[in-house]
Amino acid sequence: MTAPVSIRNATKIFGDFTALNDVSLEIEAGEFIVLLGPSGCGKTTLLSLLGGFLSPSSGTVEINGQDMGHVPPSKRPTTTMFQDYALFPHMSLRDNVAFGLKMRKIGKAERHTKAEDLLDMVGLKSSADKKPHELSGGQRQRVALARALAVEPDVLLLDEPLGALDLKLRRQMQDELKAIQKRVGTTFVHVTHDQEEAMAIADRIVVMNAGNIEDVGRPEDIYMRPKTLFSASFMGEVNFIPGTLGKRHDGMVDVDTVLGPVSLAETALRDENLTKGTKVTLAIRPEHFRASTGTGPRITFGKAKVTDGSFFGTHHRAHLEPVDAPDIVLTAHMPQSAVIEAGAWIDLTIDPASVVVLAGHPDTTRTEDAA
Amino acid sequence: MISSRFSKVLSWAYLIALYGFIFLPVVVLVLFSFQDGRLPVPPFNGATLKWYGEVFADSRLMSALGNSLMVAIGSSTIACVLGFCAAYGLARFMLPASRLQRGLLVAPMTVSYLIIALGLLSTFNWLGVSLSLWTVAIGHVVINLPLCFAIIYASMGDHQKNIERAARDLGAAEWQVMTQISAPMLMPSILAAFFLSVTFSWDEFIISFLLSRFDVTLPVEIWSMLRSGLNPKTNAVGSIVFLVSVALLLILELSIFRRTAKK
Repeated sequence: MTAPVSIRNATKIFGDFTALNDVSLEIEAGEFIVLLGPSGCGKTTLLSLLGGFLSPSSGTVEINGQDMGHVPPSKRPTTTMFQDYALFPHMSLRDNVAFGLKMRKIGKAERHTKAEDLLDMVGLKSSADKKPHELSGGQRQRVALARALAVEPDVLLLDEPLGALDLKLRRQMQDELKAIQKRVGTTFVHVTHDQEEAMAIADRIVVMNAGNIEDVGRPEDIYMRPKTLFSASFMGEVNFIPGTLGKRHDGMVDVDTVLGPVSLAETALRDENLTKGTKVTLAIRPEHFRASTGTGPRITFGKAKVTDGSFFGTHHRAHLEPVDAPDIVLTAHMPQSAVIEAGAWIDLTIDPASVVVLAGHPDTTRTEDAA
Repeated sequence: MISSRFSKVLSWAYLIALYGFIFLPVVVLVLFSFQDGRLPVPPFNGATLKWYGEVFADSRLMSALGNSLMVAIGSSTIACVLGFCAAYGLARFMLPASRLQRGLLVAPMTVSYLIIALGLLSTFNWLGVSLSLWTVAIGHVVINLPLCFAIIYASMGDHQKNIERAARDLGAAEWQVMTQISAPMLMPSILAAFFLSVTFSWDEFIISFLLSRFDVTLPVEIWSMLRSGLNPKTNAVGSIVFLVSVALLLILELSIFRRTAKK
């Protein structure tokens, strides 16, 4: 089963701390939504509002068009998969998965059959008689998923379920989660602080910071065309080049940056309402720097000196010091075949289509926190 | 070199003295329960099992033993149920003055059994309740409840809180969470509390003595036997009491602590 979710103007205040500040979000039935943000950004609070473990200080939560105002967790069409799995240690896996059905007064034979089907789906059918402590972390995680899905919730809430797994297993479980979600069609709302995990599994990512939603969109959009400086820096490595917006002409816009003036397409602006003279920042991903020779449109920010470089397998990662603004350190990804020598001079060349212009100047402390 | 050998001798001497101090009375008790003679004092005249035979043939001792078991198991069960409910409430819900409430629950541990017995005696008199094994059992609940509460409360952590939350999330009502999730999950510590409580009740004398009348527990019956002087039979029954306590502790150690250590 599946259902849409609608959060309208939800605010949650703990004492004098605002955990959620007037958040609104529409989630379609069957969507895989990932709430992404650093700890304390309000993502877990938002999840708890959906699950009914917290109630909003103001605002409403609707699931399938029903106001969830005073509905306790046990009566909501949601189930939660907890970070520590919260399996019942004294029960076999079969009884763990069947527990929700037992609470719904489903007969023993029927609920055991259903539990075994779900264990089969997560590849643990042969372990149905085992106890949770006999399993590995990844297996426990699968049982927790089967248990949460057994009662056919409209919405499954996942509270950093992959947080306790090692990296390799986490990547594997991401694929499984995504495949299972497609198969059962339930709306998934998944909380994480790992942007790679978010990109790998989400239909849409909701980037959160300090109780607010910073950005909502498909992983590609959030990564390549982020809406805010926070969103750009949280989604991965990015170079920020501060500047001032100049005048617009013929679908183009001039930006006077610390690395000199450039002319970009108006579509590079993430906020159409930015006016001439406002402080803006160009956001450039490290992999978007291009060799100065080659075809296609190019803009250049002058020369830069390579300060150091290291090999990452898929690319070389180099730190650059632009000649026009030696206090800025840029990060660039160079091809595997490139030869990186400290002290060498290169041209800072880039395809203008990959540049995004964001409002404001980076507050250095904040971006470092986010990274 | 000399000083290190000296300290080694000293530490061995200390060890032997320590264990001697603790176990010599028990060894003497058990040894002279096999005394072939009328007095349980040295010299040891040779071994016989006749005093044990007399103990098992003594219908008053046997009924006192039955009473003791009944009181121990009954009062410990009640103490565990009440202790579990109190611990669940105080660990899982925001209650007013919960520190004070916890303190009040544990406080009776510091009061001597004699004072508790006197208090209960005058309370029962005032309420017009006549003394029986029931009043003894109530007394044992009073002394064992703080212990059961403390043991069970200490085992309720935040991890289990999340597990209970998961049960509620899956549709369990509060009583179902308690009976199907919390109690089975905490069973090792509940059983530990139960068996400790049984041993304490089994050995307890003052409360049993002051709060019973016609039917008495084993320690009270032994005390009345002692009034007619020492006798290897009292040693034999004492050894049986000791053996049961040891057996209970061994069950506790082997079944419960071993199991929790494995997890």
